Amino acid sequence: MKETPLSNCERRFLLRAIEEKKRLDGRQTYDYRNIKISFGTDYGCCIVELGKTRVLGQVSCELVSPKLNRATEGILFFNLELSQMAAPAFEPGRQSDLLVKLNRLLERCLRNSKCIDTESLCVVAGEKVWQIRVDLHLLNHDGNIIDAASIAAIVALSHFRRPDVSVQGDEITLYALEERDPVPLSIHHMPICISFAFFQQGTYLLVDPNEREERVMDGLLVIAMNKHREICTIQSSGGIMLLQDQVLRCSKIAGVKVAEITELIQKALENDKRVRKEGGKFGFAESIANQRITAFKMEKAPVDTSDVEEKAEEIIAEADPPSEAVSKPVLWTPGTAQIGEGIESSWGDLEEEEDEDEGGSDDVTILDSVKMETEDQNVGNHITDDTPIVLSDSEEDEIIILEPGENPKKTRIQANNSKQEKASSKKAIRKKKKKKAAN
Amino acid sequence: MEMETELGGSAGPDADPGSRSSGCSLRHFACEQNLLSRPDGSASFLQGVAEKSRERLIRNTCEAVVLGTLHPRTSITIALQIVSDAGSLLACCLNAACLALVDAGVPMRALFCGVTCALDPDGALILDPTAKQEKEARAILTFALDSTEQKLLMSTTKGLYSVAEFQQCLAAAQHASHHIFRFYRDSLQRRYSKS
Repeated sequence: MKETPLSNCERRFLLRAIEEKKRLDGRQTYDYRNIKISFGTDYGCCIVELGKTRVLGQVSCELVSPKLNRATEGILFFNLELSQMAAPAFEPGRQSDLLVKLNRLLERCLRNSKCIDTESLCVVAGEKVWQIRVDLHLLNHDGNIIDAASIAAIVALSHFRRPDVSVQGDEITLYALEERDPVPLSIHHMPICISFAFFQQGTYLLVDPNEREERVMDGLLVIAMNKHREICTIQSSGGIMLLQDQVLRCSKIAGVKVAEITELIQKALENDKRVRKEGGKFGFAESIANQRITAFKMEKAPVDTSDVEEKAEEIIAEADPPSEAVSKPVLWTPGTAQIGEGIESSWGDLEEEEDEDEGGSDDVTILDSVKMETEDQNVGNHITDDTPIVLSDSEEDEIIILEPGENPKKTRIQANNSKQEKASSKKAIRKKKKKKAAN
Repeated sequence: MEMETELGGSAGPDADPGSRSSGCSLRHFACEQNLLSRPDGSASFLQGVAEKSRERLIRNTCEAVVLGTLHPRTSITIALQIVSDAGSLLACCLNAACLALVDAGVPMRALFCGVTCALDPDGALILDPTAKQEKEARAILTFALDSTEQKLLMSTTKGLYSVAEFQQCLAAAQHASHHIFRFYRDSLQRRYSKS
């Protein structure tokens, strides 16, 4: 679906508000929206909500052979998908630009910064390594996808536990989850992307733009940093020209924000760990707030199925016996068989219409012969007038044989020079008229 | 004119995975509606492939109940995102689809729900099986039932079972659907009632 265009007055309104340092949701220039992190029951599954932008992150692992030029390193694979439910403009075929940009940025942020220790993912050098796959799905787009996605990715990776392996000589033993506790990944640091939106050619700056603000912005600066104030990735897009001190200022702001967000992530991870250890309830079911009016829960409910058997027997007893099995096939000619009867055509009476569509003439066979026969084009009933239908016997004519319907009444005509025309085939009529004019 | 109904359907597991008594009980349910701001309607449904066939089944069920004639030349898109799979996935998808259609305000002739039955090797009937039970089951039958008379809208089965067992599973599913429809009613009532 096409994105609803932003009206000019809305655009002007947003820009004027930004000039007066006001944001539509009441935030300050450097404020982030509320971040909420919830985990699923499986390790490595999390949903991050940045305001209304929602990203689902899922990590999975597999034992594979390593890349030839990196025999001792594990493989990391990132994939961000813009689900169709996130925004009406995200259709399966149509999102390539934005998708490529986001994926590339995410890869640079997470892979090139070496936040995951890939050497620790090696099991047997040159033969078996772990392939860690991070799948991110955008569930709702309300601006700033890249921040939410990077948070979801790093949270999911930190939450994930891979199965334990042991190597004895040539043998690799993979322990199931019940046998040995799964092992967390070794993560050096947590890079998080912070987005800055620029307006009016760099005069005004907003942190964490929401969807409306993104639509009117001139350019975007994304800085990926970790809490040790190391810049992992920096990207400026949109063609705005920034001054050096602007970029430095942004990096300082990013440093502060990353510290806050990292603390939040740590708290969420610890919370989840504690709940799991204590045996409490965890998972998405618990993160649905009870007080919300749009949420509702129902506890386990027993279902009484005691009378199921009697009911079933009753139904079977009353039911008709199953219908006859497949009817015997009828062989028309070698290679053509028919099983069962076709349904009656529902095209109805077509000869009454003068301007009928010559549907039947589309799939006709052309036959060159002296004696021709022609039959009614459609299954309808009989021709209103008894005039025989003729095709001229000139060889220049295309001879059209029309498909036989279930119609028993067929008119067989011998080729002759009679000048009668068939009402229902306009093409034939036109051709014959042309031929007659030519002759 | 295009109208989009989109939803996130999620299957989450039972909170306490160990305790599933044999016989019949439905797992813990939770649902949240209108949780996404961009789509016209959205719902999240938690319940204690062949991808294309599942899509086709859900689509056929929805086509049977949605009053398409009230919205000609309209495309209704249902986007389902599986958050986690803990058994009875298709039934959960159906429930999520129904609630999202309700949330979006699409006119329907009835609500529908999905119920999964599993027949274990001894022949005992298990409603709403977990992933482990599904794996060990001899046959898994999923039904979509409508809300007015608990009639069957769609059924898909995998495995070996007799006609009598099929009817029994169907009857059990009809019993279970009462609970699910009551859950729908309660959750919608909570949302729309003034008190």
